[in-house]
Amino acid sequence: MDELKKVILDYVVKEYLEEGDDRVVGADTPLITGGIVDSFSMVSLKRFLERRYEIRIPDGEATPDAFDSVDRIALLVERFRAVKA
Amino acid sequence: MMSTVVTRPDPVAAVDWSNAENALGYRPGDVINIGWHCSDRICQEGRAAKTALIWEDAAGASRTYTFDDLRVHSNTIADFLAGLGVQPGERVCLFMDRIPELYFGFLGVLKMGGIAQPLFSAFGDESLMTRLANAGTTAIITQRKHVAKVRKIRAALPDLRHVIVVDAHDAPLREGETAFDLDRAPRVERFEVFPSTAETPSVLHYTSGTTGLPKGAQHVHYSLISQYLTAKVVLDLKENDIYWCNADPGWVTGTSYGIIGPWSNGTTQVVLDSGFSADRWYAFLAKHRVTVWYSAPTAIRLLMREGAAVAKHHDLSALRHLASVGEPLNAEAVIWSRETFGHPFHDTFWQTETGCIVITNLPGMPIKPGSMGKPFPGITAAVIDPKTYEPCTAPGRVGLIGLRPGWPSMIRGYWHNPDGYARKFVNGWYLCGDRASIDPDGYFWFVGRDDDVINTGGHLVGPFEIESALLEHPAVAESAAVATPDLVNMEVVKAFVALKPGITGDEDLELDIMNFVRKRLSPLAMPQAIEFVTSLPKTRSGKIVRRVLRAQEFGEPVGDISTLMDE
Repeated sequence: MDELKKVILDYVVKEYLEEGDDRVVGADTPLITGGIVDSFSMVSLKRFLERRYEIRIPDGEATPDAFDSVDRIALLVERFRAVKA
Repeated sequence: MMSTVVTRPDPVAAVDWSNAENALGYRPGDVINIGWHCSDRICQEGRAAKTALIWEDAAGASRTYTFDDLRVHSNTIADFLAGLGVQPGERVCLFMDRIPELYFGFLGVLKMGGIAQPLFSAFGDESLMTRLANAGTTAIITQRKHVAKVRKIRAALPDLRHVIVVDAHDAPLREGETAFDLDRAPRVERFEVFPSTAETPSVLHYTSGTTGLPKGAQHVHYSLISQYLTAKVVLDLKENDIYWCNADPGWVTGTSYGIIGPWSNGTTQVVLDSGFSADRWYAFLAKHRVTVWYSAPTAIRLLMREGAAVAKHHDLSALRHLASVGEPLNAEAVIWSRETFGHPFHDTFWQTETGCIVITNLPGMPIKPGSMGKPFPGITAAVIDPKTYEPCTAPGRVGLIGLRPGWPSMIRGYWHNPDGYARKFVNGWYLCGDRASIDPDGYFWFVGRDDDVINTGGHLVGPFEIESALLEHPAVAESAAVATPDLVNMEVVKAFVALKPGITGDEDLELDIMNFVRKRLSPLAMPQAIEFVTSLPKTRSGKIVRRVLRAQEFGEPVGDISTLMDE
């Protein structure tokens, strides 16, 4: 797993997985549909990504589908990092 | 001049609460138990083999249950609770995701005479603590993934004698925790249902107000009359319908219309235990040939954002009636749904305290997009002048939504809070806390809340609870939580925060505070924006004036500020 995905995954596990929830979360685990991150919590996850990678993700791009796995989030971040560059 | 006290819309003028009493075979003084009516009665009517529940999770796992399964599984849970020594009248909290045990457990608690206290499983330990402590809850039924939150607070809850974990399997539990596995438990075919009567307490739902901690809205078994009839008439449930209510039973919609309404009508319902995804939702609707769908404006606006093209990939031709609840349904959403699904969403208005839909767009009634509709038959509603507390007589005049007390599912009180309950009534009207106007045709039009409560995604969040949590953050000196407009959720929480001396606000601190509140309370209560300020507007007596901040957020006049403290 590349560094970007690892950072996102670690953050998701640390911040959103409830203590005692023993599910194994991987890069392709459904986060939104799987009930780990809900649409309200997405706002704080988006804020983390923007801060960490110094990007701005427009609200219209921060959809439940785009945030439904670490893989998808990483794609989104890469896209906006490329825009920034 | 026309009267703006409205009692009856035209299409169903003959509908009356007695229709429900007759259909359910209820006479005053009879035993009436919601758990029994939703399961045993349907079986006795010859529908035992009819599908009651089709349940699916995020991964696509699916289970189907008949009304006889519903009867036996609720018996089994009722028997288990009684065996533990849980007594009638005790509060039993259901703290689970939307898994089958939540639905069976709800009916089981009612069958053994307990008071069901459903709580949203995303609540953090502080939200949980507040509600369990206030209710004096004696038992909680939960899942392994949520039990850690209960463990954190258990020592502070002396009344909580039983922690029941439904999916413990072979995982180790702590002292005082009990495993319960519905699949392995002996099936209880016969259970002596508690002989509750009309005024026996049934359900305790917590709802937020402007001041103080959340209040426990206490319902009784007679609420069934309202919930049965409104589900039948407003949601238009018929024998062969497949019904989907998106709401989580942690909130009142999820019990009144996600359990009691449909099952007391013998309706087959589907449940999706999954977060939001437009494609997943459409696939679910198509797969199960859902005919009646009760959703919420926030979900509808999320679907709109994904575009109508996503819907076109799925066969949604079975849909025949759509309704919505939770917050005002904007006109664009009504028009969009008519174009996308061939049917408009029918807006319905009600709240935790009313227990049932009270103002609505009925099937067959001409819809004015953006309007709440008209009072349900049996409900007398008016727009009340906030100065005289008399009904406004002029159409279009904005006032407070008032309801004449007395319908079956109206709450009977707030738990341990008689003063709070008494304050809801003025001049013979129950005041909902919302403002509206009535047009010359008798249609109600929502204007906004009349207090500081934040309606986010259809859920009411109290500013006091958020501010209390914010104050626990080591950097926060004082704060005010208000609503700010949001395109999808109508409103979201915004916090104005004054930091302790020597601390500077930055984006890292903002994120830290957001996550702090989310974990303690819930994702709904998490401020989606934080503004660091040096001071907050206050009265001369030092009370924070949220209305000034709220008005700024909405671009509205701030009103009289002469009583505010000078900077």
